[in-house]
Amino acid sequence: MSSKTQDVEGLLAQKYRHGFITDIESDSLPPGLDENVVAAISGKKHEPQFLLDWRLKAFRHWQTMQEPTWAHVHYKPIDYQDISYYSAPRAPANAPKSLDEVDPKLLATYAKLGIPLHERARLAGVAVDAVFDSVSVATTFKEKLGKAGVIFCSFSDAVRDHPELIERYLGSVVPPGDNYFAALNSAVFSDGSFVYVPPGVRCPMELSTYFRINAAKTGQFERTLIIAAEGATVSYLEGCTAPMRDENQLHAAVVELVALDDAQIKYSTVQNWYPGDENGLGGIYNFVTKRGECRGRNSKISWTQVETGSAITWKYPSCVLKGENSIGEFYSVAVANNYQQADTGTKMIHIGRNTKSTIVSKGISAGHAENTYRGLVKILPSAAGARNFTQCDSLLMGPKCAAHTFPYMEVKNPTATVEHEASTSKIGEDQLFYCLQRGISAEDAVNMIVSGFCKVVFKELPMEFAVEAQNLLSVSLEGAVG
Amino acid sequence: MLKITDLNARVAGKDILKGVNLEVRAGEVHAIMGPNGSGKSTLAQVLAGREDYEVTGGSVTFDGRDLLSLPPEERARAGLFLGFQYPVEIPGVNNVYLLKAALNAKRKAAGEPEVDAYEFLTLIRQKMKVMQMNESFLTRGVNEGFSGGEKKRNEVLQMLVLEPKLAILDETDSGLDIDALKVVSAGVNTLRDAKRAVVLVTHYQRLLDYIVPDQVHVLSGGRILKSGDKLLAQELERRGYDWVQETQVA
Repeated sequence: MSSKTQDVEGLLAQKYRHGFITDIESDSLPPGLDENVVAAISGKKHEPQFLLDWRLKAFRHWQTMQEPTWAHVHYKPIDYQDISYYSAPRAPANAPKSLDEVDPKLLATYAKLGIPLHERARLAGVAVDAVFDSVSVATTFKEKLGKAGVIFCSFSDAVRDHPELIERYLGSVVPPGDNYFAALNSAVFSDGSFVYVPPGVRCPMELSTYFRINAAKTGQFERTLIIAAEGATVSYLEGCTAPMRDENQLHAAVVELVALDDAQIKYSTVQNWYPGDENGLGGIYNFVTKRGECRGRNSKISWTQVETGSAITWKYPSCVLKGENSIGEFYSVAVANNYQQADTGTKMIHIGRNTKSTIVSKGISAGHAENTYRGLVKILPSAAGARNFTQCDSLLMGPKCAAHTFPYMEVKNPTATVEHEASTSKIGEDQLFYCLQRGISAEDAVNMIVSGFCKVVFKELPMEFAVEAQNLLSVSLEGAVG
Repeated sequence: MLKITDLNARVAGKDILKGVNLEVRAGEVHAIMGPNGSGKSTLAQVLAGREDYEVTGGSVTFDGRDLLSLPPEERARAGLFLGFQYPVEIPGVNNVYLLKAALNAKRKAAGEPEVDAYEFLTLIRQKMKVMQMNESFLTRGVNEGFSGGEKKRNEVLQMLVLEPKLAILDETDSGLDIDALKVVSAGVNTLRDAKRAVVLVTHYQRLLDYIVPDQVHVLSGGRILKSGDKLLAQELERRGYDWVQETQVA
């Protein structure tokens, strides 16, 4: 053990020798990944021993794993030694000082989305002190939650203030060795969000990272853990509806949800990271593991996602339905335009009796994009009376895009009911012409038709989010037709 | 109002319209009749600006403007309305929403303010009454799950809300029972006035009992072979289209 500690200290000392003097520079590690780096990350965050051990175990496991190749996506191999695993993702030194320094194209998009000015600044990564008003908002917010007994803080704060909860629940849904990217995340995660809603408490507001300024910069290996105790209810909103200024190419986040008896968790995502340009250059690779476990009876976990960003999306928010009568839901809109590639879907693992799951997936492809739905419905022998309903619809815009559907089903209990519906349609010339003939512009017509297609999913989003998601969709598909 | 001169058009490489001439003045109702495949629907689509229909010759002016140079949405905003033969379904898009967007697009083009929600709902309710449409229409998707007759009523409802200068109704009577035909005809008649014109594309004389035309034209083989008043329609009903074609040859 001590040798490990020495390594850490050695590394830290070494850094110092190399003249990392300013605050900014001491806050990042040079590219490369080995046990020393993992230990250094943990050391910098003053983590307890159990967490360091946990990270190292994950790292050792990761080293034995192969990057998965089964997804229907194509990209150049990632050099994992060429990434810096600890750095403030948007180092203040590089952050724009004011909106004047921000890419006008980005600002134009914000304007179209109708985002308030100070919010635009925050999204564009303008240094936080330049953003007014947010601090007071955050404070009122904290007070209200505190009264209800809800813990909502950054992952690092949770490690410091509630280590017992972390030790108990971390990795209990997504084990460190679950998959290649989850293992990597477990070894090197930097920060993220933590939510604990105590028994019987209905969280008094929608939780969103919007209010937690410090958590907005959690970087490429984000870790989120949400626990709803017995009878608790919480709705969590992830992401924002405007494109994030973010230079990190690889994102490998892990989200774990735990719902105990009678608890409900609703997790909504609107993801709009940089998708690369019209020619497919640049853009973020988003390899995310999201899983919720309905651990208790009558519990419910619902995922709603609207995905319009990233060059490559690899993401399957899943539910493990352990508790009797528990319910898993997945509502998804995935948009891929230009050269974007999305391979997304869900897994519903039915373990408990009378568990129920619903999957509604809407894929929209435009340009040269590839959009894949991949889903697994697995009903174990123990899941008597389990039911699943799956609906996958694809909408194609233009002749060069593609949609694929890979629904897998494993049913091991004869009393289970599984239904699957799928459709692929082209955005009809007829529909478009009908709208044009009524005087509606091509752009508005496409928005209207696409929104209609996505309606059942948007209905699941919290109200103000739904409006923004709709705006976002229209921005993402701009110029896709006509 | 509408002047079509020697119009030629093709679809998928096939010549369909071969020199159509027609003039429609404000206040008039014209009926265009003819056998299947004569080019009636093609004429309607070409006037509305459907992309797959290629104009190979001739000209069309609408209120003195070169209609053919305008994209379809501008033709619509200028006051040209096409009632579709087969109105398309747009799942998830609310009827009212589409219609409001259409009305506002038109008002915006005319420099008028957008209609407010209350005002619009009042307007649409009033027109729905004329068309004897059920309240549930307000919450349904555009033509989603509509019967053939409901779709046609919806076309006329849209026309009444948009109040076009020129309405081209493409077989709006087909698939209607006699009661629905009366309702649809009554709807169309409420729009008739000195400033507007209607072009009815139809197979059957039946519709013309309810919407009495000023002129009737027989389109066959991509040309207007014969024109006359409403009596021509009755004669056609009696003697069939072959009669026109034969007299033409002779």
